[in-house]
Amino acid sequence: MSTAAESWGETRQRRFAWLGKWRNPIGLAGAFIVLFNVLVALLGPYLWTIDPDAIAYLRFEGPSWAHPMGTDELGRDTLARIIHGAWVSLQVGLISVSIAFVGGVAFGLLAGYYKGILDTVLMRIVDIMFSLPGIILAIVIAGLLGPNRRNAMIAIGIVILPAFARVVRGAVLEVMGYPYTESSRALGASGMRIMGKHVIPNIAAPLLVLVSVYLSVAILAEAALSFLGLGTQPPEAAWGSMLSTARTYIDVQPWLSIFPGAAIMLVVLGFNLLGDGLRDILDPRLGPTVGDTPTKK
Amino acid sequence: MVSYTLRRIAFAIPTLIIVSIGIFLLVRLLPGDIIDILFGGDQTASEEVKQQAREQLGLDGSYAEQYWNWISGVVQGDFGFSLRNAEPVSNIVFDAMTVTLELVILALLIATIVGVPLGVLSAVKRDTGWDLGARVGGLVGLSVPSFWLATLLLLFTSRAFGWVPPLVYISPFDDPVANLSQFILPALSISVFTMAIVMRMVRATMLEVLGQDYVRTARAKGVGRKTVVSKHALRNALIPVVTIIGFEIGVLIGGAAIIETIFGLPGVGYVLLQAIFGRDYPVIQAMTLLIAFTFIFANLLVDLLYGVLDPRISQE
Repeated sequence: MSTAAESWGETRQRRFAWLGKWRNPIGLAGAFIVLFNVLVALLGPYLWTIDPDAIAYLRFEGPSWAHPMGTDELGRDTLARIIHGAWVSLQVGLISVSIAFVGGVAFGLLAGYYKGILDTVLMRIVDIMFSLPGIILAIVIAGLLGPNRRNAMIAIGIVILPAFARVVRGAVLEVMGYPYTESSRALGASGMRIMGKHVIPNIAAPLLVLVSVYLSVAILAEAALSFLGLGTQPPEAAWGSMLSTARTYIDVQPWLSIFPGAAIMLVVLGFNLLGDGLRDILDPRLGPTVGDTPTKK
Repeated sequence: MVSYTLRRIAFAIPTLIIVSIGIFLLVRLLPGDIIDILFGGDQTASEEVKQQAREQLGLDGSYAEQYWNWISGVVQGDFGFSLRNAEPVSNIVFDAMTVTLELVILALLIATIVGVPLGVLSAVKRDTGWDLGARVGGLVGLSVPSFWLATLLLLFTSRAFGWVPPLVYISPFDDPVANLSQFILPALSISVFTMAIVMRMVRATMLEVLGQDYVRTARAKGVGRKTVVSKHALRNALIPVVTIIGFEIGVLIGGAAIIETIFGLPGVGYVLLQAIFGRDYPVIQAMTLLIAFTFIFANLLVDLLYGVLDPRISQE
């Protein structure tokens, strides 16, 4: 039985209704930005065919039809370099978050499932890593491993790993306390079966939110490391290192400082919006530590 | 309260010890040896010469011995000498920390002074244009790279006012005004991220508190809207924000480290990078340990403050 108010609500919601619970404006805006960035990274080089490393005579050009974002101190096309940077940032995000994901989930599952000494030791290691600001730890690890992008990705992956471990451990402890998990164990289910049947499906949602949020953290961190000279090395184009070089020429051509930073901000914003939206949809309980949407209806 | 304080302090000490071991091992286990770097391309240097250098620098002996030598000095305030120029490490790191802490405190002030009212506004005017603006602004604030914002601010002041801050560090004890004018742009750049976090947090807790019974009761007995928000609601809404600030101090130290180079400030970021590129172990160790100490200490203070603000915590 539906009342008038309900049917009005239904009519209003019909647009994009096929999206069901995924109909979340913030999340959709984020998904759109992320998708745009992926398309730029993958298709950009075929649509804008100028070589990002090709040196030309026309240096410090402002935006024009031939060079929509101008050219840099060596006459290289800024748009082509931004497109290459999009690919770099995507690669960095995926690889460092994969490192953190695999390591964090493994540590978190082990600690949460077996508890005892293993849990204490693993969580103490996590505590150590949390007692240094993330970017400082990344600077030290990346710097000592040697300044290049591979090492920067490893450093970022290691630094964000504890966040994954902690969330997974907490979720595992919670799921292990549920009556159905206990009865499953009482019926003689193996550890593997409990993990696969009960634990992993239950932690999928918070993990998805974490992945989105930490993709933005990883991309921002690589840009910062490259800016400091500890990430992607010139002459290869990456947004952070482009900003670093542009600083020298800020009086000559300010556009050089504007586009790479705007690109970083857009991508990071995309993943932040996506993460916020996913949190609303999947796991309102994750609460207001980063998100701000009201948790109760 | 006293026992609560003592318990919190007792808890911080083992963390610090473990952190010091972690830092010590991290620096040694990662590849790259200062001896190789010191001798650079010098192929003629014999193993004996290198061994001698190692002994002079205190890099011989087992890790346990090296750690003991290091940490027993640290406890007495002796961090050893820089491997590069033989300057006492304690001077280097404490000077750097002073610069960075000034930056962090300024940024924290800016972030709370702007972030708290914005969060309250956003919560009170929920689902209006103000709210939307503040929320979108908050997400943008979380996404702007501080080092880019710093560049833009410099660009703006130089184009609009023909002014750039002095690029040589001025101590606040020599000239407080010049010091402040030098610190204001970097502090503003790194404060934006924290401002966004504070704003979002205040908004969330404020919305929760505004829905509670005692707020409705206060309204029902005739207390004005403004008084309810500022006297009853805000006080309770701010308590969780205090915990966030402890964590944000770490974020701000990191942010400061990145943008110090832009403004020519000799803070922790500058010192740490120099030390890393030069494989200056004593400086790297001391600097990271001091950062960890500051961070742990700040969180301890925040925990204690939290206990004062919310007596339920310190009793239990």
